[in-house]
Amino acid sequence: MTQITVTVNGTSQTHEVEPRQLLVYYLRDKLGLTGTHIGCDTSSCGACTVHMDGMAVKSCSILAVQADGCEITTIEGLAQGDQLHPVQEGFKECHGLQCGFCTPGMIMATVDMLQNNPDPTEEDIRHALEGNICRCTGYHNIVRSVQWAAEKMKTSAKVLDGASVSPSPVYASVNLNQQQQQQL
Amino acid sequence: MSNKYIGQSVKRLEDKRFITGKGRYTDDIKLPGMTYASFVRSPYAHARVNRIDTSAAKDMPGVVAIFTGDDIASAGIVGVPTGWQVNFRNGDTMKEPPHPLLVPTGSTVKHIGDPVAVIIADSREAAFDASEAVEVDWEELPAVVSAYKATQEGAPQVHPDAPGNLAFDWEIGNPIDEVNEAIEQSAHVTTLEFVNQRLVPNAIEPRAYIGHYDEVSDKYTLYTSTQNPHLIRLLMCAFVLGIPEHKVRVLGPDVGGGFGSKIYHYTEEALVTWASKQIRRPIKWTETRSEAFMLDAHGRDHITKAEMGFDAEGNIKALRIKTYANLGAYLSTFAPAVPTYLHGTLLQGLYTTPKIHLDLYGVFTHTVAVDAYRGAGRPEATYLLERMLDLAALEMGKNPVQLRKQNFIPSFDGVEQPGYQTQVALQYDSGNYHGVLDRAVEMLGYDEFRQMQQEANQNGKLLGVGFSTYIEACGIAPSAVVGALGARAGLYESAQVRVQPTGKVSVFTGAHSHGQGHVTTFAQVVADKLGIAMEDIDIIHGDSDAVAFGMGTYGSRSLAVGGSAIVKSIDKVLEKGAKIAAHKLECSVDDLEYAEGKWTVKGTDKSISFGDVALTAYVPHVYPQGLEPGLDFSSFYDPANFTYPFGCHIAIVEVDKETGRVKLKRFIAVDDVGNVINPMIVDGQIHGGLAQGIGQALLEEAIYDENGQLTNGSYMDYAMPRADDLPSFELDRQVTPCPHNPLGVKGAGEAGCIGSTPAVVNAVIDALWSGGHKVKDIRMPLTSERVWRAMQEQNTQILHS
Ligand code: FES
Ligand code: FES
Repeated sequence: MTQITVTVNGTSQTHEVEPRQLLVYYLRDKLGLTGTHIGCDTSSCGACTVHMDGMAVKSCSILAVQADGCEITTIEGLAQGDQLHPVQEGFKECHGLQCGFCTPGMIMATVDMLQNNPDPTEEDIRHALEGNICRCTGYHNIVRSVQWAAEKMKTSAKVLDGASVSPSPVYASVNLNQQQQQQL
Repeated sequence: MSNKYIGQSVKRLEDKRFITGKGRYTDDIKLPGMTYASFVRSPYAHARVNRIDTSAAKDMPGVVAIFTGDDIASAGIVGVPTGWQVNFRNGDTMKEPPHPLLVPTGSTVKHIGDPVAVIIADSREAAFDASEAVEVDWEELPAVVSAYKATQEGAPQVHPDAPGNLAFDWEIGNPIDEVNEAIEQSAHVTTLEFVNQRLVPNAIEPRAYIGHYDEVSDKYTLYTSTQNPHLIRLLMCAFVLGIPEHKVRVLGPDVGGGFGSKIYHYTEEALVTWASKQIRRPIKWTETRSEAFMLDAHGRDHITKAEMGFDAEGNIKALRIKTYANLGAYLSTFAPAVPTYLHGTLLQGLYTTPKIHLDLYGVFTHTVAVDAYRGAGRPEATYLLERMLDLAALEMGKNPVQLRKQNFIPSFDGVEQPGYQTQVALQYDSGNYHGVLDRAVEMLGYDEFRQMQQEANQNGKLLGVGFSTYIEACGIAPSAVVGALGARAGLYESAQVRVQPTGKVSVFTGAHSHGQGHVTTFAQVVADKLGIAMEDIDIIHGDSDAVAFGMGTYGSRSLAVGGSAIVKSIDKVLEKGAKIAAHKLECSVDDLEYAEGKWTVKGTDKSISFGDVALTAYVPHVYPQGLEPGLDFSSFYDPANFTYPFGCHIAIVEVDKETGRVKLKRFIAVDDVGNVINPMIVDGQIHGGLAQGIGQALLEEAIYDENGQLTNGSYMDYAMPRADDLPSFELDRQVTPCPHNPLGVKGAGEAGCIGSTPAVVNAVIDALWSGGHKVKDIRMPLTSERVWRAMQEQNTQILHS
C-alpha cells in the first residue's frame, strides 16, 4: 500500500492505495465518485475521462499513485453549485446524450477541447472527440451540443456584467421551465 | 386533452442527473458486505473439461467461495432457456440443447468465454487474482464458426443431439414450385451471394449484475443492466432457479444502452442470484469489455443466395432466397425468432412481388449466441432487398428510383383503404411509400447529382449514390399472433396510472428506458391527455416490485405498446373522474366535457378541476353512491397488429481510386414513424440508428478465426464508428399515423439502423460502376482494402461464402 494525497473537485484527500489501482477505480470505489465510467479495458472509449491538473486524461490508463499531488476534476465537480457548466447545458439543450453512459467523459473531453480551441469547426469537434465513443447518438447532436457550448462560452465572455446570453436553440421548441412558468 | 406537449421537442427530464454524474448504473451501486465475482472462462472455442482444480485458488486471500459446473448441476440447475420455439419444416420440434450456467467437468465448452467456474471474493481484485489460480485440464476439440460450413458433411458437431448442427430448418412464402417457375419465366434475374456479417452490439455500459439474498425476508433482489426486468424475473424464477416469483425483485436501474444485447437472460444473472443465497452476501459481477465482446449476444451473421426475377418492363416477378443463419452455440432468449419471424416475414419489402420463397437454416456453431441486435432480422431483410433493387437497376440500365416506384405497393391509410396483405404472413397497417422516396430524392437533387458524378469522374474521382427504401415490423406484438408463431410469452405491455390525492400523477410502466427518454416522452403524453403540467407527473419503470408487469423495451415497442397501455389507464381515470365530477357539479356525465385539466358543464362556466376531483376520490365525503374511492387504474394493452414504419435513406459516397477509401459525403433519411410525440428524441433515435447501420456497412465485423478465436474482441480492434467517421445527417419526416393504436405511433428506435446499411453499400457499388468497375458485391464492412481489390478484379463478383 502506498499513501497518496490528491485534490479531487477542490477537496484534498489522503488514502492508502494498492500500487496497481487505477485512478478510475480510486475515484469510483474509494471516493464514491461514480459519475466517471468504465467502458473498456484498452483505453479506447473515453468514458473515464477526467481532468488532471486541468488536462483531460483517461483515468483508466493512469495509476492512482501517479495522481499523487495532482488536482483532479471529475464530472461531479464541473458545475458551480447549481450553475451548470456551459458544456453540460449544451448537451442538455441539444440532446447530446441518450443513455448517458459516455456523457461524463464526453463532457470532460469537450471542456478540455474548448479550452484549447474556443471556436472549433465541425471537423475540429469530430476530430477532437474521436477518442470518446458514443453508441447512442451517432454524434450528430454531440457536435451540436459542443457548438452550442462554444457559442455560449464566447458570448458569456463578451458580456461584461456577467449576464449570460443563450445561443439560438437547435431544437427551437418548448423549454420546459418556461412552459411551466407560464402555467403558474 | 390539451395540445401543449405532444409534438414538441421538450428537453429531456432525465438529462440533469446524467450530465452532472449522478446517473445510477448497476456498477455504481455498492451494498454493505458486497462481494465480487470473477469467472474462469474457456480460452478455446470447443474443448472437453477434464478436470478443474480450485485448491490453490481457495487459499488465496479474500476468497469467499468457488463454484464449478458440478456444484450447479448438483443443485439441480439445468441452464437458461430460450423464449421462442421454431419448428423444423417437417413439424419436428427445434433442437434446444441446455445452456448451463457453468459447464461441468466431462462436458464441453462451446465458445470462447464459456465459463466453468466462478470465484467470489471480498474485492474485485481478489476475485480476479484467484480466478487466474484455477487450473483447468482442457482437451481442445475441432471447432466450426461458419453457419454454412457447420451444415456440411464432416463438420465438427456443437451438440451431440443436433445432427448437422441444425437447430431447425424453415421456410416461408409461396410454394417453391410457383417461385421456381416465376424465376424461370423472368426476362432478367439478378443474383447475389452475400454475407451479412456478424456484429457486436457494444452498448458502452458493460453488463453488470448484483444478486442479493436477504435472509430476514427470504427474498432475493437482482440489480441488472437489462432492457426488461420482469422478463428476466419470469425466466430466471420459473425456468432456471425454481424460485417463486414473489420472492424475487428485479431492478433495472439506469442502463447504459442495450440495442438488443440486454434483452436476454444471461447465465451470470441467475448465477449471482443463486450464489448470493449460498454465501448469504450480495455478489456483484461487472463484465470487462473483453468479456462483453466474447459473451454479449452478437447480431446478424447470415450467408445468403438471393435471386430476383423481373419481367422485360422491370416489374418484380419473384424472389427466391436461401439463407444460413448463425445462431451461435446456444439458443439465446429471442434467437430462433430473429432469422424467421423478424426476417422472413419482411421479405415483401415495399414491393408488390407476387411470388416469394425463403429457405432458411438455423445453425449452431462454436461462437457466442446470435440474437436480436438493433433491427433484428429486419436489417437483414432490408439489406437483401435493397441491394437487389439497386443492383438490378445497374444491370438493366434503369434508374433505381423509377425501378422502385414502379414496383411500390400503392399508398393506403389502413382506415379507408385496407391494410396490405403480403406473401409472407404480415399485413401492413398503413403506408405512403412514394412520399418518402420523392422527398428524399428531392433533398438529394437526383439529376444534379448524376451530373456531378460525371464531372467528378472526368476529374479522376468516383462518386456514387445508393438508395434504400425500407419497411419494418415494430411495436411487437399481438400476443395471439406471436403465440401461434412460437413465442413462449405474450408481448403486451402494462401501465398503471396512479392519481395521488393532490392531483399529482405517478405512472408505472413495464417499458424500460435505457436511453430512449421515456420519462420525457411518456410524461408529454400523460400531461396532454390529462391537461396537467409535466412536472406534476412521475414516470416509474425498472422495478418489478413497483410495476405490475412488463415485457420491456425492444423492437421499437415502448410507445406503440407501452404508451398505448398508459392511454388505456388514463381513459379509465377520466371515466371515473367524470362520475365524481358529475356528482359534484350535480349534472349527468353526458353533460360534461373534459379539457385543459377540468370538467366543465357544456355551455356553462361551471367546472371542477382534475385536482379537486382527485382529492374528492380520496376524501369521498360528497361522493357518488356505490363508487369506490381512489383514482388508480392499471391496464394491459395487447396490440392489434405490428406497426410498420418505413422510409427512404440515400447515401452519397466518394471512393478514392488509388486507395479504395470510402468517404461518406452525405446521408439523407426521410422516415415515417407515424405520429411523433417528441421530434427531438425521435431525431436522436434515427441518428443513433444511422450510425450503427453505417458502421455495419463501412467498419464493423466480429471476426472469429477458423479455431473459433475472436480475433478482434476489443475497442482497439473492432472498428466502432467514431465522431470523425460520420457526417452530419440530413433528416426529414413524413407522418402516416398507425391506424390501430390510440397514439397513432409506429416506433422509431430501429428505423435508422434498418434502412441505412444497404444505402451505403449501394452507393459504393454505384461509384465503382461509374468508374467502369462492374462489381456486383463487396463484402461488408467495405474497408479500403476490399474496395481497392474489387476495383482491381473488375467485372468479377467477389465470392466469399
Ligand atoms: S474506460 Fe478508459 S478509455 Fe475506456
Ligand atoms: S449516450 Fe449512450 S453511449 Fe453516448
